[in-house]
Amino acid sequence: MKALLLRDLRLAVRAGGGFGLSLAFFLIVTVLVPFAVGPEADTLSRIGPGVLWVGALLATLLSLDRQFALDHEDGALPLIATSPLPLEAVALAKAVAHWLTTGLPLTLAAAPLGILLNLEGASFPWLVLTLALGTPALSVIGTFGAALTVGIKRGGLLLSLLVLPLYVPTLIFGAEAARRGAMGLEVATPLLMLAGITLGALALLPFAAGAVLRINLR
Amino acid sequence: MSIWEYANPKKFIATTAPVIPWAFGGAILCIVVGLIWGFFLTPDADRFGSTVKIIYLHVPSAMIAINGWIMMLVASLIWLIRRHHVSALAAKAAAPVGMVMTLIALWTGAVWGQPMWGTWWAWDPRLTSFLILFLFYLGYVALWEAIPDPDQAADLTSVLCLVGSVFALLSRYAVYFWNQGLHQGATLSMDSEQHIADVFWVPLVVCIAGFILLFVALVLMRTGTEIRLRRLRALERQAQRAAA
Repeated sequence: MKALLLRDLRLAVRAGGGFGLSLAFFLIVTVLVPFAVGPEADTLSRIGPGVLWVGALLATLLSLDRQFALDHEDGALPLIATSPLPLEAVALAKAVAHWLTTGLPLTLAAAPLGILLNLEGASFPWLVLTLALGTPALSVIGTFGAALTVGIKRGGLLLSLLVLPLYVPTLIFGAEAARRGAMGLEVATPLLMLAGITLGALALLPFAAGAVLRINLR
Repeated sequence: MSIWEYANPKKFIATTAPVIPWAFGGAILCIVVGLIWGFFLTPDADRFGSTVKIIYLHVPSAMIAINGWIMMLVASLIWLIRRHHVSALAAKAAAPVGMVMTLIALWTGAVWGQPMWGTWWAWDPRLTSFLILFLFYLGYVALWEAIPDPDQAADLTSVLCLVGSVFALLSRYAVYFWNQGLHQGATLSMDSEQHIADVFWVPLVVCIAGFILLFVALVLMRTGTEIRLRRLRALERQAQRAAA
């Protein structure tokens, strides 16, 4: 599992992996928003946390389909499947690798990008905290979606269609916690729900992902 | 004699074929009677005026939209556990019906909301969860379409249906948390006092019965079509093999 994790990390960072790509996408989305809604500082700082959440979510989505598709194309996936490691653990390792190369950098990048959107000082810690809590859920859910569509040619668009509705609860609680935190309201409930979704997804979805991988490799 | 006998496709078709016309007939009868009764023979509600009459379409379609997904969930579970092909095909057959019902509920809701709330659409929890339900239906149907191998498609869509159900339920509670809305509470429920007057209630129940019969008839018919389609493909393959 560790070897697989390290291999995925190395592949993502080195060989033209999506490592920098999703970060660049996140930057561009954030830059585009003021062009679309106007440069008024008030508006930007009000919608800022939500925009950054949506941006992070889309950037996560962007790198999902290469998770299993590349291994599927070059035939590595059946080899990984025949290793003693159960497919559930493979899915978990893939999800962790995906989070380390996408979710974590996005979380860290959100704070400097927040300056572009004129976020208030109080917003930054909440934004980073909610993203840190929420992006693992996005990665795990996305891994399930990627496992589901691995056998489908040009499945990228379908993957988005399947995964985005699954992202709704995470987005609602994450963005809500960030918004409430920025406004100084009570945040415990959405924060706990967000953490609950992440832990629940981490515990259960690798099994679903393993099951669909097994079906896809049949 | 057990219910699993009907998992035999032949027996399924033989049993359901005579039922379908009756279900269709009953559906048409109930819907026509219910709509005429509801549209022309009930008084206008004091607060809503004549716009209230759209509930004879809105409420039944919304009920079918939700219960259709639950039926797909049960059928998917039966497929995953007992591997009865009819079950998987029934889930496949129900999805577009449920999707259209969701659309009808959303559309009639918008048409009703325009005069009552002054807006076609509001980010109300009920409306939002229905929109999300529609997206789930959309993804489910799209996944069926995308996979050529029928058994693999049945397996993958079943897992999607299970996972999707959990997330649909989560989304429902999430949107309630996110925004308190305009939509009134449940119109009908088993465990509470009756919410609407009898004059509206009786035609509404007739309409609901009609929609349920319509759903049953459509699903049975579409399942039969899927079974025949699959049999046809098998025959074609056989013929090809014989020719080769």
